[in-house]
Parts: sequence; C-alpha cells; structure tokens
Amino acid sequence: MNSLYYQKRLSRNIGDKFFTSLSVICALIAILPLIFLVTYILIKGGSQITPELFTLEPNPPGDDLDAGGINPALIGTLIITTIASIIAIPVGVGGGIYLAEYSKGGAFSRFIRFGVNVLAGVPSIIAGVFIYALIVSTKILFGSMYSGLAGGMALSILMLPTVIKTTDEGLKLVPNELRYASLGVGASMYTTILKVSLPSAFRSIATGVVLGIARAAGETAPLIFTALFSYYYITGFEDLFYEMGSLAVLIYNFALEPYDAQNKLAWAASFILVLSILSVNIFSRILAAFTEKTKRV
Amino acid sequence: MEEKLTLFKNRKRFGIEKNIDIIFKNTALVLSSFVAIILLGIILVVFFQSFESFSRYGLKFLVTSEWNPVKDEYGAFTAIYGTLVTSFLSLLITIPLGVGTAIFITEDFVPKVIREIIGSFVELLAAIPSVVLGLWAIFVMEPFFRAFFVFLHNFFGWIPLFSTEPTGRNSFLAILILVIMLLPIVTSIARDSLNQVPKKLRNAAYGIGASRWKTIFSVILPAALSGIMAGVLLALGRAMGETMAVTMIIGNSNAFSWSLLSPGYTISSMLANQFGEADGSQVSSLFYAAFVLMILSLIVNIFAQWLVKKFSLKY
Repeated sequence: MNSLYYQKRLSRNIGDKFFTSLSVICALIAILPLIFLVTYILIKGGSQITPELFTLEPNPPGDDLDAGGINPALIGTLIITTIASIIAIPVGVGGGIYLAEYSKGGAFSRFIRFGVNVLAGVPSIIAGVFIYALIVSTKILFGSMYSGLAGGMALSILMLPTVIKTTDEGLKLVPNELRYASLGVGASMYTTILKVSLPSAFRSIATGVVLGIARAAGETAPLIFTALFSYYYITGFEDLFYEMGSLAVLIYNFALEPYDAQNKLAWAASFILVLSILSVNIFSRILAAFTEKTKRV
Repeated sequence: MEEKLTLFKNRKRFGIEKNIDIIFKNTALVLSSFVAIILLGIILVVFFQSFESFSRYGLKFLVTSEWNPVKDEYGAFTAIYGTLVTSFLSLLITIPLGVGTAIFITEDFVPKVIREIIGSFVELLAAIPSVVLGLWAIFVMEPFFRAFFVFLHNFFGWIPLFSTEPTGRNSFLAILILVIMLLPIVTSIARDSLNQVPKKLRNAAYGIGASRWKTIFSVILPAALSGIMAGVLLALGRAMGETMAVTMIIGNSNAFSWSLLSPGYTISSMLANQFGEADGSQVSSLFYAAFVLMILSLIVNIFAQWLVKKFSLKY
C-alpha cells in the first residue's frame, strides 16, 4: 500500500532532486554573470555620457586628462555600416530571391545554401584579411590603402549570409496560393515576386536584415586593418577613401591604452554600441511576437 | 470565333516584359552565385598569399613555435596550440552549463513566463559585441579572478596547466570570456532541439514509470543529441575564430607554455595584433596562419552541417 505514495527516500526520487538542483545551479551560473555583465556595461558606460561626447574629436592618448569625444567614431560606424548594407542587402536579397523563388532544389541551389552556411561560419577576422589582400594592399580603390570603403566591404561579407538566409526563409513562408493567384491572373514571374512575394515577406526579411546590420555594427575584427582608425572629423565625401574610425575599433584601441581618460571613452562608446544593439534586438523581438499573434492565414 | 482568337493573341505578353523577366531571373542567379564566388575567393586569396611562407616552411610551420621577424623565422605552433586549447577547454565548460540551462528552460520547474524571459535574455547576450566583452574582461574579470589564480597556482602548481606565476592577462581568462560568449549559442540551440522532441516520447516514458530525469537522460537527450551536437560544433567554430575579446585578454605572447596562467596566443589574436605592422615574409606567414585557421573552422562547420543532415530528427 505504501508504494502508492511518493517516497522521498527512494533512490530515484533522490536522484531526481539532485539533478533538478544541478540544472538550477547550471542556469544560475550561466545567467548571473550575464546579468552582471549587462548591468555593469550599462551603468559604467552610462555614467560617462556627456553632451560633448557626441560633438568632439578624441584627443590623442597621452597625459592629457581631457579625452575629448567620439564624434568621428560614431559617424564612422554609421557610414561603414551603411556601406556594408548598400552592398550586402541587394546582393543578399537577390540571392535569397533566386534560392526561394526560382531554384528547384537542384545541385546549384544546394551548393549555394551550403556555401551560405559555410560563409556564415568563416571567422570575422578572415573577412578582414581577405579584404586587406584584395583591396588594401593592392590599392585598387584609386590608390587609397586603408579606407572606410574597404571596411564596409569587409563588413558586407559578414552580413551577406544573414541577409540571404532571412530572405530565403522569409520567402519560403509565403503561401504558394498567393503566387498561383498572381501568376493565374497573368502576372509575370518578376511582377509576382516584386508585387506579391516580397511585400508579404517584407516584415520577416526586414527584421532579419536589421538584426544583421546591428550585429555588423559591433564587429571589430574585420575593421582593424581595413578601415583602421582616425582621430579626425569626417568632413566630406573624399574621407571615404581614407582611414575611418568606428566605435568598435575605438573601444579596442582605447581599452588597451594605459590612460584613464581613454578607458572612460571606451566605456562610453560601449554603452552607446550595446544600448543601440540591444534596443534593435528587443524591438524586433517585440515586433516578431506581435506579428505572430496577429497573423492571419 | 475568329475575333476571339485575335483577342487572345493580343493578350500575349509583350516582348519587353519577357525580357525583363529573363533579366530579373538571371540577375538573381548571378547575385546568388556571389556567395560561392566570395567563398572561393577567400580560400584562393588567402592560400596564394600564404604560398611564399608555405613553400619555405611547409608543414614545419605548424609544429615550430619560433616567431621572429628579425631573424625571419616563423612557426605558428604556439598560436595553433592556443587556438585549440582555449576553444576546446571553453567548450568543455560551456557544454554542461549550456545544456543544463537549456534543460532548465525546457522543463517545467518554474512558470513559463520566467523561463521565456530567461531564454530570450540569454539570446540577447549573443548580440553583445565581442570587443565590449573584451573591455569588460580587462577591467572587471581580470581583477576579480586575480586572487583565484594565485590560489590555483599555490595549491595546484604541480599540475603543468597551473605551473606559472599568474601575472595579469592569461589564457585562462580567455577561456572564461569564451565561455560567456559561447553560452548563448549552446543554450539556445540546445533549447530549440530539446523543444523539438515530440511530446509523445516523454509521455510514453512517463507512462511506463520512468522518473523525470530518467526520461531526460534516456529519452529526451538522446533524441535531441544531433541538434545539440551541431550547436556545440557551431560554438566550436565560433570559439576558434573569435578574435577581439580573446586578443584583449589573452596577453599575446608567443612564448610557448603549457600553463593556462601564462599569457598565450591564438591564431586570430596573432592576426589582429601583427597584421597591421607586418611586412615582407611576415605577411605571408600571417596569411599561412590565417589559412590554417580557415581550414580548421571550415572543417568544423562542414562537419556540423553534415551532422545536422545525417542525424536530423526523424520522428
């Protein structure tokens, strides 16, 4: 009769308790440092934010107590990520359209999908090395070596797999009936894609692309020997062909400086970078959850 | 009748529209092949740039650890060893933590809302740039662990892994920061594959009287194993290629040491450190090291994809 009740001392029940607490401990060990990390970055970085930060040039490291601002790096990050997007979005969306709309699962499309996954796994510094060999050391861009343009190209290599994948997957979710309907009333393939498939997959593609851009904005490794770094304001179009600063490289350079003023600048830049990346992520998550709830089939 | 047929003929698509259609399709085709072109381009460019060093040192490059730009002698053993050791050891710590966390999230120990918050929080952390983690590691983690390293050295100094006096940045810290970077990857992929295990398997196990953890160990985990393995391999690839955080905290020294408490090197941190100032045959040797790194991560990635295809859930 006793065996019908839960028995605490039974070895299986003790074992269960043990493993349950083990998994709770795992979760705690995993999550606590992460929470600590985020709050530390936000608090430490947030306390360095001043209005001048956004308008001044950084002073060269030295005994100078006033470190200046991060304006060139901020603008540089915007420019470099924009260049990367201008390259990666058309190529990626076009490639994704081919994979999802035209390919019939043959050898070519399987090879491309495989290539997309492999390219996504290529270490980011390799993209930098590649662009260095191809563009920086050959001075192919009108004789300029390190440039914001080269940095943007290196970043676009990292963005490309994300964009293709999200386009491919977003288009695959569009119900085939929509395409049949469009083709049935006599629309050509490209009209169908541009007017029917793409618009109905727009939100999921846009979300993926924006997340890809956010990820690229924080990448450092591809920039340290393509775009390099610059202390000076970006004044005109021709600055694209010269060294260009970015928040990520600024953090890297100034974290390794022995001076407190530069370190503080690195923390402030981290705050701006992390805050913008996290808010883009959270916003897209909310948007995705919202879409899922209101989706009509 | 005749009239109707001409009407039908007139409704045929214009030639220009047909051409646009063909152009559109071929543009998409060309754009999609860009991926293959870039991938092949990367492999070829890195290989040809490393050719000079490759023909001079051959495979000896992989096993000698002299890196001396003055004498023009190069060998990448320290960096390769560092890459492998940091990535494997960090994975060794991450796997139990990540899978344990994933189990915690997928089981019903706490209400679903809390689990979902934890899950999306962990995923958000994957978005934090590695250079920021490096900054954090330098100013928070290194001072925090200093006493612990001294303790490790004093009590376990007889183990070669802890045999050197800890001085600031070292490989152990690089491993720890890698653990923080890999945790989100392993956890979220393990969670997804655990969630994909059909409910009926669990119900069947409960039905024949298995306890919760018996079910997890004997039914759920084996069913989710391929997905978890693929996630682990992806994390391994990421760990090997990870550059910024590791470069900032590993100490960047090419002196070979078995000890984790001494400064070390990885291939990617060597590239990040030296590429900008290198010239002559050093550049070629760096390209050779980059080539090794690329091959390593290609192997891991391709193996991961093969694993997913081969063992994907068949329920």
